[in-house]
Amino acid sequence: MMPRTRRTAALCSVACACLLLTAACGRGFDDAPGQTAQQTSGPAGLDILIGSSGEAETAAVKQAAQAWAAAAGATATVTPAQDLQQQLGQAFAGDDPPDVFYVDAVRFADYASVGALEPYAGKISRPDDFYPTLRAAFTYNGTFYCAPKDFSTLALIVNQDLWSKAGLTAADVPTTWEQLTSVGEKLQAAGITPLALGDTRDRIGAFMVQAGGWLTSPDGKRATADSPQNLQALEYVRTLLADRLARYPSQLDAGWGGEAFGKGKAAMTIEGNWIKGALKADFPDVKYTVHELPAGPEGKGTLSFTTCWGISAKSPYKQQAISFVEAMTKADQQMAFARAFGVMPSRQSAKSAYTAEFPADAPFVDGAAYAQGPVNAPKMDSVLADFDTGLQQLTSVAPKTLLQRVQKNTQAALGTS
Amino acid sequence: MRPRRPGAARENLAGWLFVAPVVIVLGLFMLAPILMAMWVSLTDWNGQGSPFRSGVPFVGLDNYSRLFTEEGLARQDFMTSVRNNVYYVAIVVPAQTVLALGLALIVNARLLRGKTFFRAAFFFPSVTSSVAISVVFLFVFANSGAVNGLLALLGVDGPQWFADSRGVLHLLLGAAGLVDPAAPPQALTTGGPFGLSWWEWLSGPSMAMTTIIMLVVWTTSGTFMLMFLAALQDIPVSLEEAAMLDGAGRWGVFRHVTLPLLRPTLFLVVTLGLIATWQVFDQIYVMSQGNPAKTTLTPAYLSYETAFGGFEYGTGTAISFVLFAIIVALTLVQRWVLRERRS
Repeated sequence: MMPRTRRTAALCSVACACLLLTAACGRGFDDAPGQTAQQTSGPAGLDILIGSSGEAETAAVKQAAQAWAAAAGATATVTPAQDLQQQLGQAFAGDDPPDVFYVDAVRFADYASVGALEPYAGKISRPDDFYPTLRAAFTYNGTFYCAPKDFSTLALIVNQDLWSKAGLTAADVPTTWEQLTSVGEKLQAAGITPLALGDTRDRIGAFMVQAGGWLTSPDGKRATADSPQNLQALEYVRTLLADRLARYPSQLDAGWGGEAFGKGKAAMTIEGNWIKGALKADFPDVKYTVHELPAGPEGKGTLSFTTCWGISAKSPYKQQAISFVEAMTKADQQMAFARAFGVMPSRQSAKSAYTAEFPADAPFVDGAAYAQGPVNAPKMDSVLADFDTGLQQLTSVAPKTLLQRVQKNTQAALGTS
Repeated sequence: MRPRRPGAARENLAGWLFVAPVVIVLGLFMLAPILMAMWVSLTDWNGQGSPFRSGVPFVGLDNYSRLFTEEGLARQDFMTSVRNNVYYVAIVVPAQTVLALGLALIVNARLLRGKTFFRAAFFFPSVTSSVAISVVFLFVFANSGAVNGLLALLGVDGPQWFADSRGVLHLLLGAAGLVDPAAPPQALTTGGPFGLSWWEWLSGPSMAMTTIIMLVVWTTSGTFMLMFLAALQDIPVSLEEAAMLDGAGRWGVFRHVTLPLLRPTLFLVVTLGLIATWQVFDQIYVMSQGNPAKTTLTPAYLSYETAFGGFEYGTGTAISFVLFAIIVALTLVQRWVLRERRS
């Protein structure tokens, strides 16, 4: 009796599982390619998923989308994501992606390489009007995929009060590495931490650009981490850290450079234009000025961060989606966004209007001319995270070892040698 | 085999009918997803469309071999996360079990006043959201937070808890003068299993990890205290009194009467502790995200990061199945250790 019952039970559960599996797989799991219609007739309903920076951005995008929908005779539903990356991942896996969504330049190559994105950027009016560095950030295998929404660059933020407390004037704002060191020493002598520097590639990478180096070749096909330029940059940052002229935010009890700066724990920080909003909200009394980053041995250099309007390759409303993006990336619409939530227009034709309205932001906008975008290659996420880990230990690990490690990992990820 | 009782088949059918709801729910929401995930771990699925299409490349055990035999970042990250978690489990499970038992004994003591108050106080951390408590700990252990403030009163310059990636074992070895952490001996830094050097394996939990360990021991001991308390209240007082009459001291009663009777509960607590500690995720996600220097990376968090961060769903699910195997193996070992020994 006993063994028989057990076997029956086992058989039954296996049968049940099989039944359930087939039931579960019955629909939706065998979509043949070509099944997705290119264009559906009737009024289009666009699903737009945005990784919003806050209420202001959500409201502004919603308003702009409604205006477009009313003019185009379509509907547009804007959804702010809680966790854009994870929600997009699930939507792609479930074969039900939104029609239009934000794509961070950091993730762009991952999405483009798996064919999730529609390469529509050529159909947008005057694609050459977008800053070249932004176009490069959204170009994969020679194709410009999606229209940049807006962008940010890094600049040097200086605390006015701490500056004058150390007896420094506007003329002392450093424009070269040497000046950065000497100004730092003066601040240190006055008992002030000179620089709060984020401990990731997104800040320290700017020094690599100033030294003429970067992690990958411009086309994203080769690893170029282990170069004398990068070594020089890391050696320099290492000296700053070792002499305590620069400190990581965590050492200053802050989550990021802007927080350390706002709390008055450092006289300078290197951050992007998002710091304006953060300081206004959390530290409204801090007086600061914005300057271009000090130039390195190979001249000026900064990093740019950007997001594009991605259109799903599976969207049934591609034409409407492109018309929507067209409306969102018009110069005057970009200026409206700039006023609403403080981003910089991605079109060069909007530059003069922007600097006229926000003259204090000129150093950020000017950075676009010599900015380096994020690493534009797929499968680099864990490699870059590992590099960040190395940068956190920059004072105790030799920069050469660190760069060799990134070089090796990048080569493995890119499949080159 | 005995001949079948008449009507047995109908009884069987009725039985299956009665359990059908549970079987269906478990099958649909547990077994089927697990089997699907197992399939994903054998593929190089890129997250586009369904993983059960014909175009999804089948790679066999490649995702698993990348974690164990192939030199590279995937193995290094995975082994680092396993190392971190081994130290985490090795400290948290004994500590929370002993603490929970101790608290239960205190609350169970017949002479204690304000029993309800203490019971509630000890249990309180367990019912609070782990995310909320993690955030509170972030403040308490901040560089200028309460803990470092207290240490400063004692004249100790507290560490930068969440930014400190130094291993505790390294620090202890250094303090004992056995090795110099800045220049570890050649014998330890060259070679070692699975791509990490012996020196890296022997790091111990980092300072950042110790704060998470403290947090978890504190929050979970309340739940386990409740289990021990229930078991303690089941032990007949007469048994303990009989042992006392036979001349056993307090320790003797505890060691030879109370503890053996608690064995099933001990097994439960240690098993639950093992499972929960190997799966630690939310504290890591909220407090450190694997930083500093990957010393709080755990397999559960790495699996999430690999799948959703790096789009390597195959490797991500492979990590979770290895984690599953580790938990099952350790539970079996522990069952064998705690088995009833009867000669």
